[in-house]
Amino acid sequence: MTSIALNKPGATLLLMGNEAVARGAIEAGIGVAAAYPGSPSSEVLPAIASAAQELNIHVEWSVNEKVATEVAAAASFAGIRSLVIMKQNGANVATDFIVNLNMTGIGEAGMVVFVSDDPGGTTSTNEQDSRAIAKWLDNPLLEPSSAQEAKDMVMWAYEISEAVNLLTFVRGVTRISYTKSNVVLGGLPEKMKTKAYFPELWDMHNPRKSSFTAGPSPVAHKLLHEKLGEVRALFETSSFNYYAGPENPELLLITSGACTSYCTEAVDELNVGESVGVLKLGTTWPLPEQLVAKHLGMTKRVLFVEETDPFLEQSVMELAAGLLPTTCDLAFYGARSGHITPYHEQSTNRVIHALTDIVKTGPYHPRDLTYATEVRDAATIVPLRPINLCAGCPHRATFWAVKNALQLDGRGGFVCGDIGCYSLGFAGPGFFQARTMHAMGSGVGVANGLGNLEDFGFDQPVLAMAGDSTFFHAALPALVNGVYNKSSFVLLILDNSATAMTGFQPHPGTGELATGDPAPVVDIEAICRAIGARVEVCDPFDLEHTTHTLLRMMDDGTGVRVIIMRHMCQLLKAKRGIPRRYKMHVDTTKCLWDSCGCDRLCNRILGCPGLMWNKETGKADIDEALCVGCGLCTDICPAHAIVREEVTR
Amino acid sequence: MSSEALHKEPLNLIIAGVGGQGNVLLSACIGTALLNEGFMVSVADTFGVSQRGGSVASHIKISKKTLYSSVTLEGKADIILGMEPVETLRTLGEFGNPQVVVIVNPRPIYPSGGAAYPDLEELKHVIIRFSSRATFINATEEALNMGDHLYANILLLGSLVGSGLLPIGRESMIPVLEERFPGKLRKPNIKAFNRGLELGSKSFR
Repeated sequence: MTSIALNKPGATLLLMGNEAVARGAIEAGIGVAAAYPGSPSSEVLPAIASAAQELNIHVEWSVNEKVATEVAAAASFAGIRSLVIMKQNGANVATDFIVNLNMTGIGEAGMVVFVSDDPGGTTSTNEQDSRAIAKWLDNPLLEPSSAQEAKDMVMWAYEISEAVNLLTFVRGVTRISYTKSNVVLGGLPEKMKTKAYFPELWDMHNPRKSSFTAGPSPVAHKLLHEKLGEVRALFETSSFNYYAGPENPELLLITSGACTSYCTEAVDELNVGESVGVLKLGTTWPLPEQLVAKHLGMTKRVLFVEETDPFLEQSVMELAAGLLPTTCDLAFYGARSGHITPYHEQSTNRVIHALTDIVKTGPYHPRDLTYATEVRDAATIVPLRPINLCAGCPHRATFWAVKNALQLDGRGGFVCGDIGCYSLGFAGPGFFQARTMHAMGSGVGVANGLGNLEDFGFDQPVLAMAGDSTFFHAALPALVNGVYNKSSFVLLILDNSATAMTGFQPHPGTGELATGDPAPVVDIEAICRAIGARVEVCDPFDLEHTTHTLLRMMDDGTGVRVIIMRHMCQLLKAKRGIPRRYKMHVDTTKCLWDSCGCDRLCNRILGCPGLMWNKETGKADIDEALCVGCGLCTDICPAHAIVREEVTR
Repeated sequence: MSSEALHKEPLNLIIAGVGGQGNVLLSACIGTALLNEGFMVSVADTFGVSQRGGSVASHIKISKKTLYSSVTLEGKADIILGMEPVETLRTLGEFGNPQVVVIVNPRPIYPSGGAAYPDLEELKHVIIRFSSRATFINATEEALNMGDHLYANILLLGSLVGSGLLPIGRESMIPVLEERFPGKLRKPNIKAFNRGLELGSKSFR
């Protein structure tokens, strides 16, 4: 494919929003990019990494977003433009550093954070709106409405950042990050010539150049607000804010980000362009107040369309309150009025729905009514495709062993789950074993607390889970805490040699850098032993050994015990061309199916996608296109009907 | 090529399939070919939390005028390329209309967990009923004849291009495929594309 570093100004490429962000940073001449993987932001860093050597950019997958932000900030301190990338959850992790970074400033070279939110929670456990973080921390905030704008805004964000010596936020959402569209390239900068140098900034008369140590707070905080005032002035004339519509619209839509095109499409679809206007804001914090006030003065009614929180709605209504009495006859619609939901992602159809109610266009029928009713009715025969772990996933084996061990143990034990592919532990693919799931590393933290409730009569065994990447991100402090505070639980580290859920990014345990170059391996097992935990290692596909180890570790005294469930992610094996272990088939003379009494244990309960029901034979069958030959189903079939043969090579 | 107007603005194409079938590959190839011919395209692969085996739909909006949002409006699909029959009907249910044209690979992919799959003949009947035109291309069978079921997606892409429903032809797609499939992958994929093209143009003649 075409390189992200193609040096052809004016050429048009089909780029995903995340690739456009990468391109913008490259065009801006960054020298350092750091991130922790998290969808919908995961593709930015790999795109930069693909050109890192060519353009002399240091790229790294950091262990978490706070460290990534610190790494990037250090580059800016030393005069090198930097980018840090994260999903919405990561912004919380980084916030403790950023709130203090805002007190010191970032130095001479610009620093940008790209945070991609996930309205609809397509790949997330929440719908956090990170715009609130930028506002609450006092950082400039830009919201692109397309891939092209994402590229252009990232470049401009460096100018803003350098103009006021402040980290600038660029906020994406899933639809911006993952939509591919036309992007016109700019030129690439000359290869980095700046020598990185940590400056002596001490200047008593210039508080902006005093030092990189936070404090005294009120002085720095006052300065921060002055900087925001300067940013607001820059935002007032930004071409990323624009209006389309009649001079005095009956209804003004105020929108940002992905919702921009939903608004313009809804106006077109309902053919109300003569009475409805759209004010699209690209610079959303601090609010360009004069621009917004001007548009409020041209209308009587305003509808806010945004994802996810009523962020613009509240900022603009606050502004309107300050402009009273000139704004006293304005009517506002949005989350408060119930026309736009402060949850889920928006869509053109949702905006159409709001418009039909407010502008009274009459009922909207996107297609022939009879057809619509009949096709929806006909489509009810379509089965759901439930979310599942992949065929041959080692987590399925781990959950099977856990389910059986907990049942055999019989003391009401359960799993504190965590974030990763194994999050599916809360549902059928993990046999409903995970009973808590929150932030990364929270499984271990919650297990810490439960494991210290014995004085209150708590006697259920507690299992915590963390993936290998999660272990480094946030489970490590909780593990130390557990040993130190004499908690009692068993931590299962699901080591599949990758950050699998977000696309197989390497981490400190894999021996590989973001660029693909070799790295030192940080040994999870040795760390756990050094902390003082008892450690055992299992291959989860050795079900018997794994189940016995679980039972023994649960039964065997108190304290923090660790079992490392080590088996490489099946998709990673496939990517690396590691051949299958077994060739599988079903012995139809042994499979009893409905008359077995197993209640379709293989196909329905184990639920591996590689297993199916053959309508013709009325027996279990292997789906050759999906089965990867892990052999797990052989171990669970009570009739011993599923046969595995070692593949000889 | 690029000076020709679209017969509909925007032209909405949806590729409906199952994770692992190659939706994302097809949408990227089609998007790139269109872009090279001067069109404005928005491509969204809406795969949700599906890993392998989940429903995947790629929405492609094609325009001569502007960049649209990526997701098709309810009931507004113009073309559905169905890589799997159940997914085709799922897409018709939300995005179909009496004018929609459908090209389908009728080979089922059964959902994991043992959920019941509808009768294939009934499914085909319903797809025909709710489209202005439905063409079934036995892409998996054809691909297996060529040595690997994985060629089914490129074969279907050939059928879509052969149908003449897109504003681009073979000559626009071949360079994109050649770039996408270097080395020894090139020959069989171009062969699959050409076979699909032949089947597509035959049924839309």
